[in-house]
Amino acid sequence: MANNKKVIVPIGPYHPLLEEPEFFELYCDGEEVVDIEWIAGYNHRGIEKLSESKHYDQVTFLVERICGICSTSHPIAYCNAVEDLCGIEIPERAKYIRSIIGELERLHSHLLWVGLAGHFLGYNTVFMWAWKYREGILDMFEMITGNRNHYAMLRIGGVRRDIEDQDIPVLKKTLSEVKDKIKMLTEAVLDDPVLAARLKGIGVLKKEDIKNYGAVGPVARASGIDIDVRKDDPYAAYKIVEWKVITTESGDVFDKAVVRLLECFESIKIIEQCLDAIYRKKGEICKEIREIPEGEGIGRHEAPRGEVFHYVRSDGRTTNPVRHKIRAPSYVNIPTFKSSCIGETISDVCIILAGVDPCYCCTERLAVYDKDKKKKIYSFQDLVKKSIEKTEKIKKEIGKEVKLWKKLL
Amino acid sequence: MSGLYILGYFIVSFFALSIIGLFIFWIDRKITARLQWRVGPPWYQNFADIIKLSGKEVLIPENSNKFMFIFSPILALISATICGTILLLILRSELGFEGDLILFVYLLTLPSLSIILGGSASGNVLASVGISRELKLLLSYELPFICGIIIPTIKTHFTTSLIEILKYQQLNGSHIFSISGIIGFIIILISSTGKIGVVPFDLAEAETEIAGGALIEYSGILLGFYKLAKSILLFVIPAFIILLYLGGTTLDNLLGVLIFILKYIFVVVLITLIRNTNPRLRIDQALKFFWGWLTLIGIVGILFALSGV
Repeated sequence: MANNKKVIVPIGPYHPLLEEPEFFELYCDGEEVVDIEWIAGYNHRGIEKLSESKHYDQVTFLVERICGICSTSHPIAYCNAVEDLCGIEIPERAKYIRSIIGELERLHSHLLWVGLAGHFLGYNTVFMWAWKYREGILDMFEMITGNRNHYAMLRIGGVRRDIEDQDIPVLKKTLSEVKDKIKMLTEAVLDDPVLAARLKGIGVLKKEDIKNYGAVGPVARASGIDIDVRKDDPYAAYKIVEWKVITTESGDVFDKAVVRLLECFESIKIIEQCLDAIYRKKGEICKEIREIPEGEGIGRHEAPRGEVFHYVRSDGRTTNPVRHKIRAPSYVNIPTFKSSCIGETISDVCIILAGVDPCYCCTERLAVYDKDKKKKIYSFQDLVKKSIEKTEKIKKEIGKEVKLWKKLL
Repeated sequence: MSGLYILGYFIVSFFALSIIGLFIFWIDRKITARLQWRVGPPWYQNFADIIKLSGKEVLIPENSNKFMFIFSPILALISATICGTILLLILRSELGFEGDLILFVYLLTLPSLSIILGGSASGNVLASVGISRELKLLLSYELPFICGIIIPTIKTHFTTSLIEILKYQQLNGSHIFSISGIIGFIIILISSTGKIGVVPFDLAEAETEIAGGALIEYSGILLGFYKLAKSILLFVIPAFIILLYLGGTTLDNLLGVLIFILKYIFVVVLITLIRNTNPRLRIDQALKFFWGWLTLIGIVGILFALSGV
């Protein structure tokens, strides 16, 4: 190999840049990166196989666990697939609610990326501010679904919970506050001359590169390719509401940031329209499905990182899918490093690698110690109770209390 | 003054500097935290960190040069302490000689050099990237830093004695109240962020790129020595800037000490603000910045100083 005399700089399997186990071997000549090898698969969990042993309804919650950040993208795509298999149309109200959840998720995911990108550049103020503003969106999530993450909102045929009328004005108010904050952050980030000097013109992906690698989502849109499942193959409420696909031309890391930040405003627009559409209107939120017929179905969803694809096949006899195939966007986006990173310096390669927003999955488990009684850990029931109490507190603070949570206790 | 007295002074000032440095480091961290909507660490956090590090195992890599690996952090700590001791002596107007400014500038490069030594002794790939950056950075920030030192020297009738500079300012007012003084202050402030090694010029450590760079193999008390040296530098460099530009204070009476502390916190807050409102630069950008704009402005400042403005 020609790389024999080059120094290998490792990024991974454990490295502060990538919180998930992934291994990039950078072959370096001084600071310049001349070649990259990528090793993945440290975190294989066998979810596709697992879903073949679970009930159709259980799989909805299993695929939520694929990723902690796009935790509603996979259920939406999976439900789309099963509904395609059954050939049913979900109620209109459920469509709007699905869109609201999907767009809220895009908002929080894009803000999370902006923060992490700031952190990777040593700009921790952007990191903390972006994540602070993201809290408002997580609070909205908790108000609607009861959870900050893993919302468990979807089921085949519709959604599990309704959005109550008295919540909607509060949600809209919170949303407009978040919008102002994101606007401020966007202006601060896009006007910063040092950030521009650092990000402009590095990691450029041309249109051909995007097509060759099949990259999707904001990565493709930053290079001027307007692919978006929400427009190309509309599902949920995306056909009904008004919005546009954001694209930029140059395809560098700066443009990827621009696309993500501007998409936040489109998401807010979609959520506002959906909330208006369901306000003071009654309607079904879920269609009962008794049997899954024999056949196969595909479902797609535009996750924050790009297109999520699910394929489900049923044999019509068992209660679980015979085959379930998942394709997540990061898996097609990450290999673009071959054309974007080579020839750049180590400093730039780090932010270029992070620029495609490789999906992290780092959900924490909670363990609480009692100092006086020595070592006391909450049981599962206690944690559920605490979680419900906290949701109620948030509801009291930003809106009116809803009785739904009392019922759950 | 006997040798024993100086040794005693050195040991006392080592402890004093460590305590001041770690405390200042806390102020820096606390301000950073408040800027970032965080609570921030309690005041004893840095002391706890150093105590914790001293209790940890020291791992020495197998393929390292063991003597240099252990010696470098000690060198960093000693050189930083000598800088601090000289500064304390001068601020109390006790000791000084013609040319101690030059000695001081030499001593100030030693912590950076010892990081380079330690990094290269550790035999790690990421450390080698770190030291190559530190070396380039050292070459680049020294030029404007020296421009910033020459300006007060010229304004004090070409003296290279720190005490002379201090006394001149006590009689005639601080150097910052002039055009060349303001230029010099800005230059030395920016290049000192490179010397302390904070964002935007923390490329040698760059946690998210090369995972600590030159310090990657260090653990335990040896890492603690580097941290201690860095926090002493966080005291020394702002105090040095105050001496050159914001002088006119002594540590003899309480009021003088109070004014000194206020000036000192002012400089530290400026450095903290710089590091919280900028991303990390690339090494070529840092080199261009230091040797380009900053040095040009420095030369203009020197010309101003020569013409007495």
